[in-house]
Amino acid sequence: MEFLSPSTLEEALEAKSAHPDGVPIMGGTDVMVELNFDKRRPSTLIDLARVPELGEWGTDGDHTRLGAGVPYTKIVEHLSRSAPALAKASRTVASPQIRNRGSVGGNLGGASPAGDAHPPLLATDAVIELASVRGRRRVPAREFYLSLRTTARQDDELITAVLLPEPKGPQQFAKIGTRNAMVISVAAFSLALDAEKRTVGTGLGSVAPTPIRAEEAEEFLAAEFDWEGATLPSESLVRRFGELVASVTRPIDDQRGTAQYRTHSMAVMARRALTWSATEYRKGVTRCA
Amino acid sequence: MRVNVNVNGEDMTAENVWPGESLLYVLRERLGLPGSKNACEQGECGSCTVYFDGVTACSCMIAAGQAEGRAVRTVEGLAEEPGKGSDRTLGTVQDAFVEAGAVQCGFCTPGLLVQTDDLLERTVGAGKGAPDDAEIREALAGNLCRCTGYEKILDAVRLAAGRRAESGAAHE
Repeated sequence: MEFLSPSTLEEALEAKSAHPDGVPIMGGTDVMVELNFDKRRPSTLIDLARVPELGEWGTDGDHTRLGAGVPYTKIVEHLSRSAPALAKASRTVASPQIRNRGSVGGNLGGASPAGDAHPPLLATDAVIELASVRGRRRVPAREFYLSLRTTARQDDELITAVLLPEPKGPQQFAKIGTRNAMVISVAAFSLALDAEKRTVGTGLGSVAPTPIRAEEAEEFLAAEFDWEGATLPSESLVRRFGELVASVTRPIDDQRGTAQYRTHSMAVMARRALTWSATEYRKGVTRCA
Repeated sequence: MRVNVNVNGEDMTAENVWPGESLLYVLRERLGLPGSKNACEQGECGSCTVYFDGVTACSCMIAAGQAEGRAVRTVEGLAEEPGKGSDRTLGTVQDAFVEAGAVQCGFCTPGLLVQTDDLLERTVGAGKGAPDDAEIREALAGNLCRCTGYEKILDAVRLAAGRRAESGAAHE
């Protein structure tokens, strides 16, 4: 096995182009499990940890540009205002040691339907930046996940960054697991309200072969939500939203939970996320008035 | 491949390393530092926790090649005056674990010691006061003790935090 340690992005892209089947490694929290258990023997490992650009974050127009290799700990510490849903999700990832190493780029590269970062990226309409020796391109998260563990990324491309839109309203994340730490989600849900465009975003994890949205639920809530903020959503509205979110799930039974439980929990999380968001939204409206 | 890594302040070289093996394997099998324990090899248990460039990480999830030129601090580096065997003076956290009876089979202990050391560094050491129980539980959530001796472990962390705060105050 060859081990490559590029120190610039240019070198990294050349390495990936020369070894399209090479496996990029950053925090190692997924890749090393496969190596330790002999599940994978890649011909080449490409260590991206020495590429400075991947570990940086900053403002890019009205987006926050998050380098694909920024560990979850940094997201929790620094991005709770500029990316609330992703920061909340990051806080639930595994354990402190794993959050010190794992990153959104790894979640996107592996594209497990259970990855904690996916629901917030879908809900907030984030954009994924891919790069290769051919150039850079941007793909909306909503078009990134194609089928089970398959994404829009080409073999010679690396995931370089995620562009997170400036929040324009409450953002929530909820996740079901057997304990608070070290949990691969049984089901996860993220909700983002955009008060300016008066739109709603959703993201659902662990309930289909890929992370998915609940588009009918988004449209329903965008039309029914009291954007003036005078009233809290009625019980029937909240219940209907939960039903619409749960209706798009296509879960499986596995050792973490049954399909039925996953669908049920999705409705519960959607109702809760809406109630939290509406309460937060009203507070915001009252403060501004 | 050859891997040069600074471990506990000492520059070390491991030869004939397979690039896909873990830093944990390098430490234990090639550098003669068996303090970090190999239990789950998938980041679940925290027994192999080390400082990697100052940040705690599971050494089973770091590829050997990634450690080239980096600084690692293992449980062997926590002693305040590193020496051999019984001549070694233990650090505050280690002493507290012994006194509180927080060591049963001992397999999880090295990881807990490093993670606790980091917690105290970020709290008491940063002038923020002793961590409360919620902070302790959160910090140690990735370290499993299969003897389930968690109450004594929490006692030990509280004891170490208190002592560390006192010694900090005494220095001022």
